[in-house]
Amino acid sequence: MKKIIKYVMTDILRNRIVLLYTASLFIISFSMFSLEDNNSKGLLSLLNIILIFVPLVSIIFSTIYVYNSAEFIELLVSQPLKRKTIWLSLFTGLASSLSLSFIIGAGIPVIIYQANTIGFMMIGMGILLSIIFVAIAMLAAVKTRDKAKGIGVAILLWLYFSLLFDGLILFLLFQFADYPLEKPMIVVTALNPVDLGRIMILLHMDVSAMMGYTGAIFKDFFGTYTGMIFSFGIMLLWIAVPVWFSTRKFNRKDL
Amino acid sequence: MIITSNVSKKFRKLKALDNVSVTCNKGECIALIGPNASGKTTLIKTILGMVVQDSGFITFNGNNILHHWQYREQIGYMPQTGRYPDNMSIGQVLNMMKDIRGDKVTLDEDLVNAFELKTLMNKRMRTLSGGTRQKVSASLAFLFSPVVLILDEPTAGLDPVASEILKEKIIMEKKKGKLILITSHILSELDDLVTQVIYMQDGQLRFHKSIEELRSDTGEVKLNKAIAHFMRKN
Amino acid sequence: MKRVWLILFLLSAGMVTHAKTWYVGNHQFYKTISAAVQAAANGDTIFVEAGLYHEKNLVLNKKIVLKGIGLPVLDGENKYEIISVKANGVIVDGFTIMHSGVSSMEDIAGIKIYDCREVVIENNKLDDTFFGIYSQHGTNCTIRNNQLKAYKEEEQQSGNGIHCWKSDSMRIIGNTITGHRDGIYFEFVTNSIIWRNTSFKNIRYGLHFMFSQNDTYVTNIFRDNGAGVSVMYSHSVKMFNNYFEENWGDGAYGLLLKEITDSYIGGNHFDKNTTGIHMEGANRIQMERNTFESNGWAMQIQASCMDIVVTRNNFIGNTFDVATNSSLVLNTFNNNYWDKYEGYDLDNDKIGDVPYRPVSLYSMIVEKNPPAMMLFRSFITSLMDKTEKVLPGITPENLKDEHPMMKRLN
Repeated sequence: MKKIIKYVMTDILRNRIVLLYTASLFIISFSMFSLEDNNSKGLLSLLNIILIFVPLVSIIFSTIYVYNSAEFIELLVSQPLKRKTIWLSLFTGLASSLSLSFIIGAGIPVIIYQANTIGFMMIGMGILLSIIFVAIAMLAAVKTRDKAKGIGVAILLWLYFSLLFDGLILFLLFQFADYPLEKPMIVVTALNPVDLGRIMILLHMDVSAMMGYTGAIFKDFFGTYTGMIFSFGIMLLWIAVPVWFSTRKFNRKDL
Repeated sequence: MIITSNVSKKFRKLKALDNVSVTCNKGECIALIGPNASGKTTLIKTILGMVVQDSGFITFNGNNILHHWQYREQIGYMPQTGRYPDNMSIGQVLNMMKDIRGDKVTLDEDLVNAFELKTLMNKRMRTLSGGTRQKVSASLAFLFSPVVLILDEPTAGLDPVASEILKEKIIMEKKKGKLILITSHILSELDDLVTQVIYMQDGQLRFHKSIEELRSDTGEVKLNKAIAHFMRKN
Repeated sequence: MKRVWLILFLLSAGMVTHAKTWYVGNHQFYKTISAAVQAAANGDTIFVEAGLYHEKNLVLNKKIVLKGIGLPVLDGENKYEIISVKANGVIVDGFTIMHSGVSSMEDIAGIKIYDCREVVIENNKLDDTFFGIYSQHGTNCTIRNNQLKAYKEEEQQSGNGIHCWKSDSMRIIGNTITGHRDGIYFEFVTNSIIWRNTSFKNIRYGLHFMFSQNDTYVTNIFRDNGAGVSVMYSHSVKMFNNYFEENWGDGAYGLLLKEITDSYIGGNHFDKNTTGIHMEGANRIQMERNTFESNGWAMQIQASCMDIVVTRNNFIGNTFDVATNSSLVLNTFNNNYWDKYEGYDLDNDKIGDVPYRPVSLYSMIVEKNPPAMMLFRSFITSLMDKTEKVLPGITPENLKDEHPMMKRLN
């Protein structure tokens, strides 16, 4: 398994898109920290990057990569290798190279300008979101045969997690405005890794005071040790479940 | 050595394989022949485990391949179109394959040398022509001295010189008593190679005969004539 | 005319001759202040030398000047009210007042003024007192240049720094207050001025102000108090050039106005507060030349507010400029500078040609549905705000600054 991961990673890390991604993350993060007069504002701008840009690049790049590697995967499948090994190596290779890009691109500036709990929280969430969206992309790619359709599905999924889901929340909040919704919302948050990541980061920044009663309820839950473990566990589930499903599908897939 | 029993496979409504049973033994060189979309490639892919059949089973040396993925150590496969990770060089691809399966067997670098791939080792895969890629595919298939060779349209895209090199290599391996499965559209190339012919159409196995049998049945010496004779009869 | 001067001179000379000076100290005849007070008569001055005094409850029931030399320490042993002023015209100057009693039944203070006039409390240092300086029915008193510090962490255990109740014409000047429940507390206090005080890190409010009319506060600093400054149920309040800073946290406001009418708020700075100004039931308020910088919300105006005029203020770097829960707008915005303004000024008169709408769609949503705050900083909210800016549909039509300034106002 290690061998395949090694080769997948060397392939991806030389990919121009990934190099471009790393470089643009690096430039954006640095300019955000140096343009904003205080660093916590820089962090806030970086938050948008982590929540929007990172998932988008992760999901689309991974989907395209899986499709482009179809023949390579075929070649590997014809070799004495377990399918599970191949698929998990591909996942690990993609996830670790995109995480590495993120660490170099965004992590280094954050460590230079903001080496504290919030900074590390942000790096952690960025890495987790990268991996989660690789997992989701691979599920989308293994489920749809057609490349164009698969990329479309990937974009739709990204749109869903970063936009439509929140729209749905807003709709629910207004539909059930008469009920106390703060606590159910904790559960709803767990259904979207992007929201979960955003709230985890916000709660560690002083802007959480602006979130009022909702923020307080969230802080009571996510701020505690159990809450941290819970949300970390949910994030891991967001990785494990798509990976499990896609591996199962890949095991039976005709190439 | 390889036995498929009543193997069927459907892609949506299309019946790619319909109750196919064949037996392939050591020392045979089998031509897999049939019109386009007759199920040749699908059959190869099921044997390799790349396509999973809907019903029936396949055994390799008596073991059901569904549960014994290690049998692929003994197969060298050359796909119709070999594509490799864009950013890897030929050297890296070869090394990767050696990494994956090269630790137990003696390496057979005849083709690597014959195709002069050594001079191209640092070329990235995306910069290669289709023919060069086929050379890489062929070299890979023979590299690990497998007992079984499965070659899907091996000469397509190769120049005549390379084609000839490959053919000679196949004959050499045949002499060593290996099982060789070849699909090809160019029947004339197969004349001096094959010992058996499997003819498929619409996913069904039409016949599986030795070349001598085929010649005596049709009265034709050349394989393409014999097949044409047979097709006309249908 | 000369005769008048002569009479005046004789009169004052007579007073001087009557007033005596007493000394209290380790090497003096009087070892305790209470003994000296006992001996003194109206108009006398008592000097107290540096040292530690356990006076239990020192009652000043004569018109005397009590002056500390080198900040002598009066220790209340965590049991007593340290100084009780019960005569008009008393001056308490230059003491360190420590460890007053704490009670949940009565308001024990470091220095308490009982129903007196013209009392002056100045240059004292109060440390670890329950209430600091307390005026009950005080009139025309001055509380000046005192430093008050308390250490309790819970509201119930802590009293207010400077507490005025049913008082009139008070002058609260140049005091520094920290660690109390409310820094300065006014209830039923009229015609008074609060000037140049610094009130920071108090448990609840920096200034708490209720049922108090015709008061003015000028150039005070209220920083990092639990809930900021609260001004309630009063009219004719004037606030000039104060600094409301770093009141950051759940339910913290730079300035909370509740049921305030006919007031003026000018030249104040609101920096880094969760909410700069929150207004409820506020009517006829003039707000000019204030600067709102780096607040969560610069201004929250509830539907119960009317005739609030907001002109020539600066709004810089706030997350939300104005929030309201009403679609009916009875307040006026004009000639403010908004850093988020994206309009243009073709005629070069330094006034933007298109109106600015300070209320964002998302802030409206949050006002109506507070749990929507869970979408804070999400992609959808910024997208909605951008759309609303281009095609306004939900934000109040009339809530706009018709003449926004292009450059920051000084």
